Amino acid sequence: MTEMVYGSMPMAATEPVLPRWWRTIDKWSMTCILVLFGIGLLLGLAASVPLATRNGLEPFYYVQRQAFFGGMAVIAMLGTSMLSPDMVRRLGVIGFAGAFFALALLPVFGTDFGKGAVRWFSLGFASVQPSEFLKPGFVILCAWLMAASQDLNGPPGKTISFAITLTIVGFLALQPDFGQAALILFAWGVMYFIAGAPMILIIMVVGLVGFGAMFAYNSSEHFARRIDGFLTPDLDPRTQLGYAANAIQEGGFFGVGVGEGQVKWSLPDAHTDFIIAVAAEEYGLVLVLCIIALYGTVVVRSLFRLMRERDPFIRLGGTGLACIFGVQAMINMGVAVRLLPAKGMTLPFVSYGGSSVIAAGITLGMLLAFTRSRPQGQIGDILFKRGR
Amino acid sequence: MTRTPLRPLARILSARANGENPDTIERENLRLRHEELRDRSRNRAEGRLLLLGVAFFMAFTIIGGRMGLLAASQPEEPRAAATGAEILNQRADITDRNGRVLATNLLTHSLYAHPKDMVDPGRVARELAAIFPELDAEALQKRFTDGRSFLWVRRKLSPEQMQAVHDIGDPGLLFGPREMRLYPNGRLAAHVLGGASFGAEGVHSAEVIGTAGIEKALDARLRDPAKGTEPLTLSIDMTVQAATHEVLEAGMKMMNAKGAAAILMDVTSGEILSLVSLPDFDPNDRPQPLVGAKDDPADSPLFNRAVQGVYELGSTFKIFTAAQALELGLVNPETMVDANAPMQWGKHKIKEFQGKNYGPLLSVTDVIVKSSNVGTARLALQIGGLRQQAFLKSLGFFDATPLELVEAPGAKPLIPARWPEIVTITTSYGHGMSASPMHLAAAYATIANGGLSVTPTLLRQDRPGPGNRIMSEKSADAAVSMLRQVVTKGTASMGEVPGYAVAGKTGTADKPRPKELGGGYYKDKVINTFASVFPANDPKYVLIVTLDEPVETSGPEPRRTAGWTAVPVAAEVIRRTAPLLGLRPAVEFVAPDALLAANAIDE
Repeated sequence: MTEMVYGSMPMAATEPVLPRWWRTIDKWSMTCILVLFGIGLLLGLAASVPLATRNGLEPFYYVQRQAFFGGMAVIAMLGTSMLSPDMVRRLGVIGFAGAFFALALLPVFGTDFGKGAVRWFSLGFASVQPSEFLKPGFVILCAWLMAASQDLNGPPGKTISFAITLTIVGFLALQPDFGQAALILFAWGVMYFIAGAPMILIIMVVGLVGFGAMFAYNSSEHFARRIDGFLTPDLDPRTQLGYAANAIQEGGFFGVGVGEGQVKWSLPDAHTDFIIAVAAEEYGLVLVLCIIALYGTVVVRSLFRLMRERDPFIRLGGTGLACIFGVQAMINMGVAVRLLPAKGMTLPFVSYGGSSVIAAGITLGMLLAFTRSRPQGQIGDILFKRGR
Repeated sequence: MTRTPLRPLARILSARANGENPDTIERENLRLRHEELRDRSRNRAEGRLLLLGVAFFMAFTIIGGRMGLLAASQPEEPRAAATGAEILNQRADITDRNGRVLATNLLTHSLYAHPKDMVDPGRVARELAAIFPELDAEALQKRFTDGRSFLWVRRKLSPEQMQAVHDIGDPGLLFGPREMRLYPNGRLAAHVLGGASFGAEGVHSAEVIGTAGIEKALDARLRDPAKGTEPLTLSIDMTVQAATHEVLEAGMKMMNAKGAAAILMDVTSGEILSLVSLPDFDPNDRPQPLVGAKDDPADSPLFNRAVQGVYELGSTFKIFTAAQALELGLVNPETMVDANAPMQWGKHKIKEFQGKNYGPLLSVTDVIVKSSNVGTARLALQIGGLRQQAFLKSLGFFDATPLELVEAPGAKPLIPARWPEIVTITTSYGHGMSASPMHLAAAYATIANGGLSVTPTLLRQDRPGPGNRIMSEKSADAAVSMLRQVVTKGTASMGEVPGYAVAGKTGTADKPRPKELGGGYYKDKVINTFASVFPANDPKYVLIVTLDEPVETSGPEPRRTAGWTAVPVAAEVIRRTAPLLGLRPAVEFVAPDALLAANAIDE
């Protein structure tokens, strides 16, 4: 009554935002991501100096930029992780629309920075690569469509999302950027797998790919030479891969010492594609295993948390986001140790990059938002012996 | 539009009958079905997520493990010549029968340019022209600046030249390793080895391919990666080859000949220990072949007279006629034959050398010793043309020699198309058909080894198989004995080498005149041949010496018979090479003490 008369603090219908966020967030994964970002800055101190020297800038110019963009990325990540899954879905789909539009406009307004592929918009102080922002939005959209398709009388979401995937892959192949195209295709494949792809189809696709590769190997000399070149045990030490392998060997278990590495001076992509080689040379296997463990923790923990998730949209979206993050890291490091053929792909959150770090921050923020612990209808299980 | 049936139909129908709203029932049913569907998909997703998580975990573990393996291995210095190194040194060495190197490979460098990396093309062109006089500075600068990104400057550099190019110090000048063929003995055995040049060329290496001689004939064997660098061992003995070369060269000068050839062959295995053809060349710097329309290829130093030269070999053929007559049992060495010269046969008149007459009767041995054309012709007529052809064919005179030289198959003997009796007669003393000295060597080896066929070869034979028997040992020995008498009391008396019982037969043939110069034979141009076998009591080697257009001028008038030209040269070759071949001179017993010897005679 008193409250009715005098007015008072309106009672919060739910728990306050920050405590709830702190209670429900996957703190281990978040810590891992922040540590990775810190390692990225540390390696940037070593790896980006040659680039700055080449471009006539002060030695730590790129470290400062990385710190600035990384800070923005962390803010974006934390902000996104506080959103509710519904909000993530809305913003994600809108973001996808914007990024898709930007991607479609690339051939008209884009620039190639003299690298032979039109992937960027130049904004003067920074450049933006739309495909980086497209990836999280794409995952959200596909997850939404696939989740909807699981409802009775739902739309044919799997088909629609596949059509969208093919369109995007087409755009990316035009740039050309086969690495991102493969990543997009992979993300869709993983989500489709989790959404319940028929086993027989999976076996057929795997068989077809294997058979196709065999056929291509036997009939195309170019393809065969690429594969043979990759499989051959001896490596031309003057190639980027040769330098990277040499750097890893030089580093040994404990590295040659901070700032003592040489590979960063020989490799043009030491600060992006081959940052793991710089880490291996200067800090040794210890840091490399540490980095691998951090990535592994984020991906595997997220997947295990998603196993308990009952909402199909969250489950699918989280899986897609975790997988593109993990696979990108895996490909980058797999190339450096010659487990995979050469393909330019950055190490997310560690490699130097302007807007792409922010995009990675958004991606991980969405993932953290999805993996927050929330009621999963266990009460219903207990009371009615069934799920929601 | 398809009509979806209302479910569950039974309950809905009964609800309708009771006037209740069936929609709630249907919605409840839909909700239950949804829940069931979601439970199923969640269970499935749970398993698949687990699978995915495990897969990621394993992938990261593999990458970490691989990193560990790599970190534990030793780093490898980046080397500029890493690729293509295995293409080098693909050509096997060639050695003589004792393993002494006749041909090997030497690493040099080629010089190429990347004009796009060049700092100052003008200066580079000038400095290169200063180092290499054959380069033209202006032309070079033009090529450096016309927009191409790669060009060869030189194929081979000496170390001094390479240093000089280094000192130019331009980043656009680059060196590629280049293996070249080296013949450390220069002209020695030039015609056997032939030569080599570059085939496909790359920056990191170049193919070395044979261009002539055994290098071309056995190119595949020399480049066979399966054989690796295992050297090719020839039958040539380098020391013997050098001695023969030296003596023959001196003899050729002394006899004023324009060319000479010598073949030294082992009579049982057919191995050629020495093969010399003069004039010769340096295979490290092979001369260009003659290409003019009027040029006779036989005048080029590249021409191998011993193998490619097809000549009428003259009287050296007579021994085949005599040997076949013995083999057929028509005669024995003492049988007297009609040797009354000149002999009239149809419209042809068969004469002896300088119109002499050795007749009216001569023993078969003396026919050979005195080199009687008429006596040989009579023997040949007894044998008959068909049997004569078969015998010469079995000695290898009708086919090119199977020698391991690329030039050998091209040197086919010239055989008369028809074989009337006059051809039988002329062939019996070596006119009318032509063969190479190599053919002659193989045929003489057959007589010398007791009648077994011989295949001439340039490769060392470790276990030669016995050849086919062509004549009996008795006839062959008798023939050798006749040849021995040619030296002791016949036309080849200058061929006597003390201790080495040389046996042989001389041959002097007039050179045929080319058709455009009137045909027939030159009067003052001869080919002199001495085919010898030594030691006569147990023949081991055959030596053929051929001189082209020799003339011996020490006497009052120029002498052109083989006995005066080829024989002394061959004797000198035997004197020099026989000890090298390990033959002991068979000297008469000399008492160790002259006094004791005198006493022995007194008693």
